[in-house]
Amino acid sequence: MPDSTPMPGATNPDLLSGYSAREGVADELMQPDGRLRPVWQPLIDFLSRQTPQDLANRFVRGDQYLHDAGVYYRQYTADGSTERDWPLSHVPVVIADDEWEALSDGIVQRAELLEKVMADLYGPGDLVSRGLLPAQLIAQCPEWLRPMVGIRPRSGHFLHFLAFEIGRSPDGSWFVLGDRTQAPSGAGFALENRIATSRVLPEHYPQAQVKRLAPFFGHFRDALNGLREGGQGRVAILTPGQETDTFFEHAYIARYLGFTLLESEDLKVEAERLAVRTISGPEPVSVIWRRLDSRYADPLELDEASALGAPGMVGALRAGAATMVNSLGSGVLEARALLAFLPRISQHLMGEKLKLPNIATWWCGQPRERNYVLQNMGRMMIGPALSTHLPFELDATTVLGGAFRGSALPSVEDWLLRDGETLVGQEAVTLSTTPAYVDGRLQPRPMTVRVFAARTPAGWTVMPGGYARIGRTDDPTALAMQKGGSVADVWIVSDTPTRDPSLADQTAGPFLRRMPGFLPSRAGDNLYWLGRYVERAEGLIRLLRAYHTRLAESGSAAQPLLAYQRKYLAGYADPDDPIPPPLLDVLQSARGCALRVRDRFSPDGWLALDDLARSANGMAGTLLPGDQAARGMGELLRKLAGFSGLVHENMFRFTGWRFLSIGRALERADTGAGLLFAFAEETAPPGAFDIAVEVADSVMTHRRRYSVETNRNTVIDLLALDENNPRSIVYQIDLIRREVGQLPAARSNGRLSDLSSALLKLHTELRITTPDAVTTKRLGEIRAEIGSLSVALSAQYLE
Amino acid sequence: MSVLYDISLAIIYNYDQPAAASREMLRILPRTLPEQQLVSGLVTTEPAPDFRRDTVDFFGNPATEVVFDRPLDAVTFRFSGRVRRRAESTSLDLSPGLTGLAQDIAEAQSLGNVSPHHFLGPSERVRPLAEITDFARANVDTGTSTLSMVLALSAALHREMTFDPTATEVATPPLEAFRNRRGVCQDFSHMMIAALRGLGIPAGYVSGFLRTLPPEGQERLEGADAMHAWVQAWCGAEMGWVQFDPTNDIIASTDHVVVALGRDYSDVAPIKGSLRSAGSHTSRHEVDVKPVGGN
Repeated sequence: MPDSTPMPGATNPDLLSGYSAREGVADELMQPDGRLRPVWQPLIDFLSRQTPQDLANRFVRGDQYLHDAGVYYRQYTADGSTERDWPLSHVPVVIADDEWEALSDGIVQRAELLEKVMADLYGPGDLVSRGLLPAQLIAQCPEWLRPMVGIRPRSGHFLHFLAFEIGRSPDGSWFVLGDRTQAPSGAGFALENRIATSRVLPEHYPQAQVKRLAPFFGHFRDALNGLREGGQGRVAILTPGQETDTFFEHAYIARYLGFTLLESEDLKVEAERLAVRTISGPEPVSVIWRRLDSRYADPLELDEASALGAPGMVGALRAGAATMVNSLGSGVLEARALLAFLPRISQHLMGEKLKLPNIATWWCGQPRERNYVLQNMGRMMIGPALSTHLPFELDATTVLGGAFRGSALPSVEDWLLRDGETLVGQEAVTLSTTPAYVDGRLQPRPMTVRVFAARTPAGWTVMPGGYARIGRTDDPTALAMQKGGSVADVWIVSDTPTRDPSLADQTAGPFLRRMPGFLPSRAGDNLYWLGRYVERAEGLIRLLRAYHTRLAESGSAAQPLLAYQRKYLAGYADPDDPIPPPLLDVLQSARGCALRVRDRFSPDGWLALDDLARSANGMAGTLLPGDQAARGMGELLRKLAGFSGLVHENMFRFTGWRFLSIGRALERADTGAGLLFAFAEETAPPGAFDIAVEVADSVMTHRRRYSVETNRNTVIDLLALDENNPRSIVYQIDLIRREVGQLPAARSNGRLSDLSSALLKLHTELRITTPDAVTTKRLGEIRAEIGSLSVALSAQYLE
Repeated sequence: MSVLYDISLAIIYNYDQPAAASREMLRILPRTLPEQQLVSGLVTTEPAPDFRRDTVDFFGNPATEVVFDRPLDAVTFRFSGRVRRRAESTSLDLSPGLTGLAQDIAEAQSLGNVSPHHFLGPSERVRPLAEITDFARANVDTGTSTLSMVLALSAALHREMTFDPTATEVATPPLEAFRNRRGVCQDFSHMMIAALRGLGIPAGYVSGFLRTLPPEGQERLEGADAMHAWVQAWCGAEMGWVQFDPTNDIIASTDHVVVALGRDYSDVAPIKGSLRSAGSHTSRHEVDVKPVGGN
């Protein structure tokens, strides 16, 4: 039993009751003699002063932050993927900074070693010819990319950002379970875990002397900016797209560091450079921090089936057109079998032993090693030699402790003898445990920590912190980690108080205002359509509300006006279903557009949109037609107004915002013309004019302006021609005209662009015409002209 | 003995809905090898590309990257030139048996582009297939030399398979062609490679040209109407690589002009491209390989 005497002032004496590390397992919190490690004392004291209810409230606060920030976890199942709540374990892992420093030395040595191995595998190949690595392992590794052989990176280095999955042995020393060299994720999640954990412990965190993470990111940001050729061009983060499980992190890091988030389709490989397609034409990109696996980067020279790549990328890199972080092909360093050879390679290339060893690994292509694995099968994990998964991320055919999982192979011996060259044995390691709050008290759970290293002009720097994974049960074998569990912040605690730097004061170099014209065409397109979809949803909701209100009043859908409305609505949705699927589709499309430009979008705006889509989904199938549905629509409208307010009040008047506004105005003009086409028609039943005015949210204005009953002229005047009515068609066209005037190339050689002249023409006509000239036929033509405006806008800026 | 050839190749594509831009990698320039010299020759396109870069790929094949920054209804990729091909000295069978071969492979510790290690494992188009390995075992005597196994396998494939240009397409998987027992030179070659690798013999893919009209009194070979494909097998440290043509069941010799070497078709495809065209396209090959001053 640990010496868990209640702390002074403790209101939760049970917090540590029963906490004890397993025999033969290192524990982060307890020393082998059962006393608390001193570095944990302040945190445990603080936690002990909280009642269980206090703690629960605090944890909710952290979870709320993560939810609001949009941090989720994508879980893949047989039926697709679902978004799950981020599984934060609210108790951080605490490590003393002197211990961390020693560990960091080992990390830096390993990073330098990996750089040399990479330079050899894509250069002279000496490690193979000198017998330090078997040729077949490299030649058969799908991550060793032959087209990259012989290409020296422009920056002079292959590797710039690495991660290492580490664990602690029973003897207290650290070891590496796997090197993450391809496109390591987790650094952004580590930041989010930090923010959430500091929300859980807002009084304790600031004075707990925890090393801050921001300087690490600031240094790496400066390093990436420094890799630009001649300081020209941009740094971009290349993501496979929003379908990737770590897309949130890509967008988050891009926003945090101020880099442009790109997908390959944004990239254009030009003669000797890389460019991003923007609304003002191609702009050079000089450095790419890729979050895309190498082999998908170029369908021309790498995986020809890849739809995620930019054709010609390899040729561009060969010509020194850009710096790729990390170099394409770096995934070869993740092959499990490499771990069997790194200790000797370190001696050979560095002239020193590995300071930070890796998990003991035996490649079964060698008779001696194979026999060893066979004889010690009981404490081995046996799996594919070239897998890049971590040891605890088990592949389908893997042996644990001598028994197969998920395979019909007859015997492990036969398997090893037949397929030895494709297999490795790895020691079934025991991890250390760290406290997690389970069932009202702290309980030991196994953990691994992902550590990050970044190359700067001053050498490798290690993030003081990391991304901890916590096992679900108390089983301390690495295998337990595969069952999933939670994640936690990692605190490196110093003896001296920490300053509180933020990213802002780390900026090197002179102040620079960012060029506002820089907007990738794809981002512009998504913002434009976001504007359109949100407005389309609003129009549909208003139409549905007008219908259900009248249905509630009359009680019969057979009434002529209701029948007329049904007929009009039929083109969009079936009003018998209060939340018709097309409405959900439009909201889902809006959400999809926002997701793709999440790096340029305020978190509040995103939350409002997400909330709107969720509310609509939640209402589906629960509302009855009539009054209930009308009230439901009212609620959705208020949420929509919340979103629009957040976006239009708070979003900086960047080019991106202009596309959003143009999209909204264009859709509103189109909806308005459509509405008048149907409801200002002479043959429409009585009450139709009122619907037009109501759906266009202009009831009050109409009453004040005309002080008469609605008639065709008043309706057309107010909803099409009144320049002061923010709902009128002319108002939208004027707004679009002014926004387009602010876009690049609105004029060329003193002449208006096609788009600008079409806008001017329509605007002028609407200003000078009279209501009776705006016939139903003319309304149809106006609608077609609005459609052509959209086509012209896309052709000029968004394709 | 050597033969001097004048070679011309045109690959013509027509597109229904041209893509706004396109980028292609061409591997149509014959290689210079100990038994073959490119005397003169040029790769061109019609129309001329907006950007062009000539490189050499990992396996030593000349490759040309071309970019068209405008929509094209039609494009022609062309090679024309002169190549000297010498007969390989048909030497004694110095190849070891499978055990000796495995030993030779293990000792060849190199990542250089002729290392047998590149040609033993799965590659893009050729994965190990138990069915084809079984076929190989049933048709060769695994106790003999590597070279005799290669010859036996070539004969077996030639016997069992029917040359049929209508049976397969460029993307047909080897197993499908194998089960149907029909295909063209690409299918014969992929099956042969799968079979050889299944036995533990390193094997690669050769693309090239075949003399169009046979020397007098000889039969015309299959595959002379378009670019041809055959196989190379590594027969141990002493013999090294030996090329064979399973479609015609002969050792590749002065009738064969090598354009590119690789693990399978995807390493050596004459035209590889990023045609983001929505519509369909048609392509046509025109090949002429004739001895200078001969028939």
